[in-house]
Amino acid sequence: MAALDNRDEAPVMEVRPDALDARENGLEVREGVDEATVAAVASLGAYKYGFQTDIETEFAPKGLNEDIVRLISEKNGEPEWMLDWRLEAYRRWVQLQEPRHWPLLDLPEIDFQDQYYYARPKSMAVKPKSLDEVDPKLLETYKKLGIPLKEQEILAGVERPESEEPRKVAVDAVFDSVSVGTTFKAELAKAGVIFCSISEAIREYPDLVKKYLGSVVPPSDNFYATLNSAVFSDGSFVYIPPGVRCPMELSTYFRINAENTGQFERTLIIADKGSYVSYLEGCTAPKRDVAQLHAAVVEIIVEEDAEVKYSTVQNWYPGDENGKGGVLNYVTKRAECRGDRAKVMWTQVETGSAITWKYPSCILRGNDSQGEFYSIAIANNHQQADTGTKMIHLGKRTKSRIVSKGISAGQAQNTYRGLVSMHPRATESRNYTQCDSLLIGDKCGAHTVPYIEVKNTSSRVEHEATTSKVDDDQLFYCRSRGVGEEEAVALVVNGFCKEVLQVLPMEFMVEAQQLVAISLEGSVG
Amino acid sequence: MTARPNPKLQATASRLEGLTLPESGAWLRHAREGALARVEAMGLPIRRDEYWRFTDPATLTAPEPTPAAPLSDGEGEPFAGVTPLRLVFVDGRFDAATSDALDLDGLRIERLAEAGALDLHWAQGLYGALETDGQSPVARPLAALNTAFATDGVLIHATAPVERPIHLIYRHEGETSDAMLHHVLKVDEGASLTLLESGPAAARFNSVLEADLAKGARVSHVRTQGRDHHRRTATHIFARVAEASDFRSFTLTFNGVLTRNEIVVRFTGDDAKAHVAGAAVGDGDFHHDDTVFVTHGGEACESRQVFKKVLRNGATGVFQGKILVKPGAQKTDGYQLSQALLLDERSQFLAKPELEIYADDVKCSHGSTAGAIDETALFYLRSRGVPAPEAMDLLTLSFLREALEEIADERLAEDLSARLEAWLARRR
Repeated sequence: MAALDNRDEAPVMEVRPDALDARENGLEVREGVDEATVAAVASLGAYKYGFQTDIETEFAPKGLNEDIVRLISEKNGEPEWMLDWRLEAYRRWVQLQEPRHWPLLDLPEIDFQDQYYYARPKSMAVKPKSLDEVDPKLLETYKKLGIPLKEQEILAGVERPESEEPRKVAVDAVFDSVSVGTTFKAELAKAGVIFCSISEAIREYPDLVKKYLGSVVPPSDNFYATLNSAVFSDGSFVYIPPGVRCPMELSTYFRINAENTGQFERTLIIADKGSYVSYLEGCTAPKRDVAQLHAAVVEIIVEEDAEVKYSTVQNWYPGDENGKGGVLNYVTKRAECRGDRAKVMWTQVETGSAITWKYPSCILRGNDSQGEFYSIAIANNHQQADTGTKMIHLGKRTKSRIVSKGISAGQAQNTYRGLVSMHPRATESRNYTQCDSLLIGDKCGAHTVPYIEVKNTSSRVEHEATTSKVDDDQLFYCRSRGVGEEEAVALVVNGFCKEVLQVLPMEFMVEAQQLVAISLEGSVG
Repeated sequence: MTARPNPKLQATASRLEGLTLPESGAWLRHAREGALARVEAMGLPIRRDEYWRFTDPATLTAPEPTPAAPLSDGEGEPFAGVTPLRLVFVDGRFDAATSDALDLDGLRIERLAEAGALDLHWAQGLYGALETDGQSPVARPLAALNTAFATDGVLIHATAPVERPIHLIYRHEGETSDAMLHHVLKVDEGASLTLLESGPAAARFNSVLEADLAKGARVSHVRTQGRDHHRRTATHIFARVAEASDFRSFTLTFNGVLTRNEIVVRFTGDDAKAHVAGAAVGDGDFHHDDTVFVTHGGEACESRQVFKKVLRNGATGVFQGKILVKPGAQKTDGYQLSQALLLDERSQFLAKPELEIYADDVKCSHGSTAGAIDETALFYLRSRGVPAPEAMDLLTLSFLREALEEIADERLAEDLSARLEAWLARRR
């Protein structure tokens, strides 16, 4: 393996501007992280976000038909063209068959007529003009989740010296089917950045939406994306004008609350020429016995010289330790580097959901464009995680890098499934893929299913994968220093994930480390 | 859903239409009928099957073979240096006149066409049985088709270590020959055997080798496929590897418009080893597919897969490899390497190296690379006065060397290495 193990030959990682910022601000990243790990380990607990908000909710009638599609469109006050778009997707969806036989996954049957496709807190019937008018119960929910909806607050979990300006993060909070509110809109508008819910964007910026919606993930893409195209109720919309560096991190927080309700959000991010944005996504749901469907679509368009970072901490309810309930997370995420030198980076920490079916992809169309994918997927108890990426190299001298860390414990199954494709025209391109799997216990599984298609000779593709168990020597070392068994495993696993954890934005890094520890709770002994 | 004709059913029906089960004794007839039922149940492969994603099986399943002109290569027979027992098949028919007598100390060797006429035979528990085991979790219908319709083959039962190798020599004479051979190897506890295969067998060749290794048995298998360019080949090797036994297989492929080599290894005991390797060099309309499936069912077994391909002038190389570690197969050591050297812009390499692991105390890794020749190395050689074509050949050979090193017998490895060198020199 000596020839392959030469990591020096992999594309050199650039130091990202925000990482520099952190250092300039005098933040001791390493130290902060280690403390947080210790704190997380100390506070090992079960799924923290399983509470339910008792709030009056309006539902559309159960089931799915053209009338429901019309109703969703009407509730969002959409123009005619949007309704037509939805109906076309719906008519296509009716013809499609659900992909029930996915290799290595055991998919439950979903009764698509036994779901609510639209749920809205009653207080949101008349859209509040500002956050002050929002139902306090909703605000309380987000407060409990640690999501700041007041502009003077910052995301919980990051301590800063008092002298320092708090780091601002703009948040779009989505509760069941509707966006509750978006913070810092005015400040963002000053920079020309549009950040709002997608329903608002359809009304306010129809030209932009028309131009880009469905251009990366067409409504015909796959079963769940087609379903989403028909019934998506809300989501976030971001437009960064040419040359603008978005002044703060943007973030969306998704919360499923209502029962038997599918969540179908749609996110559209457009980074125009030479712009930059970092986007964070978080998600949680209450504990329930019945599986809940979440089928989202994320589309990202990156124009010439622009850069988008998209980070996800996915912590949907994973079901109980017997595999009952949990969120079915069937998500289509794709970015297209349209212009030359465009860059996109996906980072994901997947700890929740009963089943994860998600392959954030990069279409590298522009010459010299770059795609990166960093992933940590943790599956415990009866969870099934099937995730990976597709790197489609179309432009010349395009580069991609994939680092995937899968951890399986309990009776969980964890699969990396990915594609690296070098088209004949994508000359002098480069890919480096590394997939590592860690097994904790002898009842779980870890699988790697990469597809590699190289259709020109000047490109280089390297793929390596390893599977191993938690190193006994490392565990013994921790134990001999008085660290408890579960904490020791959490420490070793955090070390295993380090390469990915390090590329997460500050706010997420802390949360992710805690999640790693919590997700593995009960997996030892 | 509209009622479109099912391409799989169509392909299967039209292939089976022209075939009749060969006359056989009771034991073989039983095996053939079972295999035919399997073919009918699973259907022949079509391009839409996930397992045939990178290779179009149409010409392998068509009712008639595509004609292929036989090529007299003017080269001597490979492996002559080890003075093997030579058994010659011309277009799939045994040629007694040019073959040695079926007689070798330490083993019993018979032809399928003769032993199959009996009503009882030692091979009845093996013929088609290992193939049946290999049908799950992935169907291999071409192998079942072979079990049903193979016209000949050798049945070898080794009871002691056998020094002298057995060499199956294939010759291609008829332009539209369509051959199906099925070999069975049974190697008893502590016995060992070397099996060699060489030559293009027919315009279209479907072969199956079932190898059953008892405790501590050793099998070394080395074959060359080539050099007729227009031939089409689908081969399957099914190896059942018991405790502490050792199975090795190496394949060298020169050209061939379509070659699909499937190797299915199943560890049934502990502490066993299986090394499978291949080197392929292809030029022009060459499509070469190595599909390997290794199942670890016992503890502390070691498997190695090393596959290298050199591709040019639009040649296509495919690798589908899988290591499956079953629950309880602790201390497994699984390794898989697939590499392609692409010598021009039109060649392509398609790979799917898979791991599926259900045990935690294992060491499994795979690596897959594709790329052009190392410019720095080329420059170095040229700066030392080596002309460009020779330098290219040197680097190509050194690239393939890692696969050739998997051959245990040095004499065989050297023989193949020399042939490779000559081939590259001719193709410069």
